[in-house]
Amino acid sequence: MHALSCWRSLGTCARTQATSALRRLSIIRPACQAGGDDRPCPVYVSCCVAEPVQHNCYKTKMASLRPTTYRRILKLLRNFNRNPTPSSFHRSLSLSHNVCQEFPEVGEDKPLFPGASSTYTEQLRFLGRDVYEPIPVYRVMNKMGKIIEPSQDPGLDQAVVEKMYKNMTTLNAMDKIMYESQRQGRISFYMTAYGEEGTHVGSAAALDDRDIIYGQYREGGVLLWRGFPMEKMMNQCYGNKDDTGKGRQMPVHYGSKEHGFMAISSPLATQMPHAAGAAFALKRAGLDICTVCYFGDGAASEGDAHAALNFAATLDAPCIFFCRNNGYAISTPTSEQYRGDGIACRGPAYGITSIRVDGNDVFAVYNATKAARQIAVTESKPVLIEAMTYRIGHHSTSDDSSAYRSVDEVKYWDREGHPIGRLYNYMLSKNWWDVDRDKAWLAEVKKEIMQNFQAAEKLKKPSPRYMLTDVFDKSSKRLTRQAEEVKRHVEQYKEHYPIDKFEDL
Amino acid sequence: MATLGRRLFSICRKTWKKGASLRRLPQQNAVQLLCRNASAWTFVPDLPPEALGETTKMNLFQSLTDAMDIALSTDETAVIFGEDVAFGGVFRCTVGLADKYGKDRVFNTPLCEQGIVGFGIGMASVGATAIAEIQFADYIFPAFDQIINEAAKFRYRCGNIFDVGGLTVRAPWGAVGHGALYHSQSPEAFFSHIPGIKVVIPRSPIQAKGLLLSCIRDKNPCIFFEPKVLYRAAVEQVPVGDYMIPLEEAEILVEGSDVTLLAWGTQIHVMLEVAQLAQEKLGVSCEVIDLRTIVPWDEETVCKSVKKTGRLLVAHEAPITGGFAGEVTATVQAECFLHLEAPIQRVCGYDTPFPHIFEPFYLPDKWRCLEAIKKMINY
Repeated sequence: MHALSCWRSLGTCARTQATSALRRLSIIRPACQAGGDDRPCPVYVSCCVAEPVQHNCYKTKMASLRPTTYRRILKLLRNFNRNPTPSSFHRSLSLSHNVCQEFPEVGEDKPLFPGASSTYTEQLRFLGRDVYEPIPVYRVMNKMGKIIEPSQDPGLDQAVVEKMYKNMTTLNAMDKIMYESQRQGRISFYMTAYGEEGTHVGSAAALDDRDIIYGQYREGGVLLWRGFPMEKMMNQCYGNKDDTGKGRQMPVHYGSKEHGFMAISSPLATQMPHAAGAAFALKRAGLDICTVCYFGDGAASEGDAHAALNFAATLDAPCIFFCRNNGYAISTPTSEQYRGDGIACRGPAYGITSIRVDGNDVFAVYNATKAARQIAVTESKPVLIEAMTYRIGHHSTSDDSSAYRSVDEVKYWDREGHPIGRLYNYMLSKNWWDVDRDKAWLAEVKKEIMQNFQAAEKLKKPSPRYMLTDVFDKSSKRLTRQAEEVKRHVEQYKEHYPIDKFEDL
Repeated sequence: MATLGRRLFSICRKTWKKGASLRRLPQQNAVQLLCRNASAWTFVPDLPPEALGETTKMNLFQSLTDAMDIALSTDETAVIFGEDVAFGGVFRCTVGLADKYGKDRVFNTPLCEQGIVGFGIGMASVGATAIAEIQFADYIFPAFDQIINEAAKFRYRCGNIFDVGGLTVRAPWGAVGHGALYHSQSPEAFFSHIPGIKVVIPRSPIQAKGLLLSCIRDKNPCIFFEPKVLYRAAVEQVPVGDYMIPLEEAEILVEGSDVTLLAWGTQIHVMLEVAQLAQEKLGVSCEVIDLRTIVPWDEETVCKSVKKTGRLLVAHEAPITGGFAGEVTATVQAECFLHLEAPIQRVCGYDTPFPHIFEPFYLPDKWRCLEAIKKMINY
């Protein structure tokens, strides 16, 4: 109840309580409820810096772990090419403890139901959307790339901003070429990220490179930011012999251990509870890293989204849930997806600190992710970020979005609200970029993409024997027999199979 | 019963020596179970191999607790979670573990099966060992997507750069006398159609401990079904040490020459009685095989036996259509066509939901199995 009724008072709370330079960044978090807190009822306050953890039932230090665990965790992180920071970092392991209920003095009349900590009311009042104002959209710069409130300027230096711009434009240029190549039948499928480049790059830049990513499929920019070679993306889309996924998944289902990016899978929202579970494991290992889970507004309707948010909250998993709310799930507009205030408002209902940001404002995304990461890592708590954006491209190459939305709508976002255009304007205003450099850069990146693209296209596909490996860690007897069967059969009937395109059996 | 034969365990860790033999106890030590008319059967304890050392008396839930205790003490990344596991579990399988290992290692989750399995996959994806509990196998279906599309395909889809081999899902399984539709199911056949996971079902406390430890330490996601009717009823001397029983291997419990009887879980105990009845009433010598691992299953042992006996009876509690007996039957007729002397018989649950008051008529009890043997012998 309070989760909803308190939105209205948010502005005041924010003004009175937040003190840091990021105070306008209104991350909504449930106030501390259990024991010791003198606030009369749970109120959602707004602040952005991590508060000290107040109620830990159970604490551990890295040093208190047995050597075997420690070794195992080190091994695990080596897998990701990550260096652990054992030092003095400690992390709350509080979870699933029983909160001791305090019974009041005789005569005191307050509800003692175990399911909620609340007060009585004699007013018959249902709560609906009308009791609170929608969560505001946090932004840092306007459409023209002008910083609106100087205290919110993240103050990134030229090299970082340039890297952001270059990443976004690289992804954009790659999308154009890959999309066209699908149209020409050269790859089977593709999904562009037009309009959402800012959410990728802004968030990726605010993370520690050791944080582990669980994505949906429209997060190629995160991989680019982390230095995933374009060549590998092409290899995956072509499913050629150099694809680390051995050509088994559809295009854009990237994954990379060394870049801490879990392999994408098609079923929506399944990665969400994974991110919560992984975060829990990392917390237990005493590591100062978190997991980040990207998902769309449509995926948030899946049961797994509910599971993940609730598990992350009750088990105190240091996980950032990053929702790309781009207005559509294929053809379904958000009005047919939900009736609440988007995705962000669900966070506090789960007891999760939440915020809504302008996803086309790369600095707003950066600030929010940075602050969220701070909360996740220092307090071992999940955070929900809803980045409002617009899906400028079609859902995928198998979709023609003009069948369900107007061209004018798309044009508006492409011209007026594009994250790349906005950052471009910012860079112009700083004299960090100009038209000529832009032209030269775009030509250069296009050339590089074409080179990689052609190289990937020329490579053979992997040997068909990889069709039958990696089902288990070791091949079962039956699978071994089936592998022999494939070999025998294809050799006998080779003229009927495209063997010249594949490496030898 | 003492003459029921010698069986071989081929492994194991630390103490279980290859070739160690098992003896059956005399029948007077047997425990009569489920006095439910025709579907009554008897649990006859195994004797553990001497090579495994010290033993103590345990029922099935205690041997599972013991296995998990060992798993937690030998692997610091291992955690146990699910609905109500912290206070010991609704079947007492995790009693005392939360106190011993801490609340961050044995903890309750919200009531959500897809979340439980998804959370476990996440933990395993970064290298931890996750032992998830689904309260009844009947309630594993909300997690079907996570098991089929995620856990089973995790390794394959990324070319082996990631895997969730550290995941084990435990679930109470099978008929219990009065469980009706949603506390009786045997869903192993649904999972047998999914490449990438292993499905394991033990028949006794000794087996449960060894097989569960193998599942937990196996590098693949495993589903471990626990015959819940045996939780309290099946009692035997279980080795206290750390031992594992290999997956993917069936076990010949009784050697015979006329008919091969194949089953798993609780049904094994029915089959052992059937073998004895067939000997006494029909003079038929039966070979009884416990399949143990449903997928990937041990075709070699089964086919070798059928080539010897020429006849096969497969029995399971799950409904017959699409049941795992169908897979076994098709494989055996393909592999042993020239050796078969009668059509393969399947004695299974009927193609209905699992009923409440009709349970005694529903189960593939010893009389239905005996009738099938008669048919095969007289074919």
